[in-house]
Amino acid sequence: MALLKPTRPGPAIATDRKWALSFAVGVVGIFLGYQFVVPHLPYQVASFVDDWLPLTALNEASVYVILALGLNIVVGYAGLLDLGFVAFWAIGGYVVGWLMSGFFDSARVNILGHPPIGLPNGVHISFWLVLLIAGAFCALWGVIIGWPTLRLKSDYLALVTLGFGEIIPQVFVNGEDINGFNLSNGSKGITPVDGIDLFGKLLGPFDLAFKFLIYAGIAAFVVLLSLRLREGRLGRAWLAIREDELAASMMGVPLRKTKLAAYAVGAFSGGLGGAAFATQVNGVFAERFNFSISIILLAMVVLGGMGNVWGVIIGALVLAWINSTGLVQFGQTFNNAFGTQINFPSYNFLLFGIILILMMLFRREGLIPERRTKLLLREPERGQMTALGAEAELVAAEEAIHTQTDPPSEGKLATQTDDAGMGVDAPQSGDSTEGGRS
Amino acid sequence: MTDAIRATDITVSFGGLVAVNAVTFTVPERSVVSLIGPNGAGKTTFFNVLTGLYKPDSGVVEFQDRDVTGLPPHRIAEAGLARTFQNIRLFGLMTAEENVMVAMHSQLKAGVIATLLRTRVQKREEAQARDRARELLDFVGISHTRDEYARNLSYGDQRRLEVARALALQPKVLLLDEPTAGMNPQESARFVEFIYRLREERDTAVLLIEHDMSVVMRVSERITVLDRGEKIAEGTAEQVRSDTRVIEAYLGTGAAGSAGH
Repeated sequence: MALLKPTRPGPAIATDRKWALSFAVGVVGIFLGYQFVVPHLPYQVASFVDDWLPLTALNEASVYVILALGLNIVVGYAGLLDLGFVAFWAIGGYVVGWLMSGFFDSARVNILGHPPIGLPNGVHISFWLVLLIAGAFCALWGVIIGWPTLRLKSDYLALVTLGFGEIIPQVFVNGEDINGFNLSNGSKGITPVDGIDLFGKLLGPFDLAFKFLIYAGIAAFVVLLSLRLREGRLGRAWLAIREDELAASMMGVPLRKTKLAAYAVGAFSGGLGGAAFATQVNGVFAERFNFSISIILLAMVVLGGMGNVWGVIIGALVLAWINSTGLVQFGQTFNNAFGTQINFPSYNFLLFGIILILMMLFRREGLIPERRTKLLLREPERGQMTALGAEAELVAAEEAIHTQTDPPSEGKLATQTDDAGMGVDAPQSGDSTEGGRS
Repeated sequence: MTDAIRATDITVSFGGLVAVNAVTFTVPERSVVSLIGPNGAGKTTFFNVLTGLYKPDSGVVEFQDRDVTGLPPHRIAEAGLARTFQNIRLFGLMTAEENVMVAMHSQLKAGVIATLLRTRVQKREEAQARDRARELLDFVGISHTRDEYARNLSYGDQRRLEVARALALQPKVLLLDEPTAGMNPQESARFVEFIYRLREERDTAVLLIEHDMSVVMRVSERITVLDRGEKIAEGTAEQVRSDTRVIEAYLGTGAAGSAGH
């Protein structure tokens, strides 16, 4: 078959090492640059850097990277479309709000925490513990949300996750008085939150370079988590479910449990990101967690290359930078040059939309595709080509069967199993027309 | 000899249509049993009941004397019932080796934390799984495809890979749904030998759905014939071949007189 380029999966590990090295060099370079070099640069150069690549934007972008990596586990690995990932960002943020501030002022808890001097009330727990708690709490919520929803298939799952992505932030917006209990301080938000303790140095709101180092470190951890899981038992099961859910279940992969694991690990990462963000902006504010963030995160995953952590990182950095800095700066430069008064930042979703459409038209596999996805989208399948003759006969035979027998009604399927959702494409007596490649 | 599978009085209907009607059927341990019948006879539906995809309206499926009726597919697979698919359903964008390793999911233990930390136990488990996968690929004769994506394998190799993947479940019974579909006569002949090897070397019973009568007649110790959801005959190749109802089912009413021996 000359048409077929035999694509062998190369040594993935070697590529990962190269990327990991670039990542580490980049992070350390940025840290050293902003900590030691930029302050000593001539004023104009320093302000140029500060305009076009401010540390706040880098930190926010790092948070987006953490969140996008978490979403990538759900969408990219397990193939479950989640349109409400912002919920975990919010929950992770509120864990910081609850456990690292004076918010619960009737309590006085301090576990390795750093309450503001003279204000010991509230719950003050060390950031590193809170980080873990936020991750675990989000994982728990991932399971709670996933339990009823994961029996649904693609489109329906997407809709329900969208619902949860709306509900949870709304709960926080309106959570000022839940039967007299103040859960979230409503739209006023919870602020300020305590600093981060880094090897004995307490990082305040202005230690941005060190915070960048921490957020990049969290991102690196999520990368490691993603890569190792991908190579292991769970990662294989996720890919198998993404490829052919039915076949996976028949090979002994418990569908609901495995999908829940993807949700939980994704949500865990989301919680880390949410917690990081709360320390970056020094508080949690319910109104920030809107639907558009879920879409931006998804766009980051798609732009970068679903399933490829390095692609997702690039996608997240690019979109986060455009969103926070690029459009503003470009707009100012443009307006100054041409004397116009166009409000460029307000066109961000137009731009994202255009980027997504262009990607879908010209590079569906993303900027840095996972090899598998690229193969799926770019190459014909061998079976499709060689078995065309045989397949045509089979199709005819199957059609003959289907005219004789009604398709199974959904109630017929073993509904109390994990697989209730499979009614949509459960094979009736032989379904070679349908194949396993939905 | 004990039975690996005993399905008693299985009835499945879709809406008003009874796809399988009160069929009782057994697969003795280490036997080769075939299920045949014209298109639409309910063979695959029956298969789907055994593997847990459909829940029967009535009837009991026992697996090594354990009631597995209505258990989810992954539990039944875990219990030792593995299958291949009539239309190949491999994980196309996973390598041959990964495909086989997916089926070991229930036998492996490593959780998220062990995998993240790459503990010694996890590494050893992965290495053993990999070795077993390679051994299975070798057993079905496609070890050269180890690192190829399943979708890029030739049709015959894909069928073999499906068998290797099913064997990774260490099944007591292997259900093969039209395994020789699309094979030429030489390939079918090799496949017959392969079934013999399966039973001898892997200690597994084989339940076959097959249209190729030369294959069925050669390998089966017992043949069950379904027609319109009902069991119309059961016995050795000889007995089934000369059964008038079977001939009628295949060739139409009135054919028995002229076609029978």
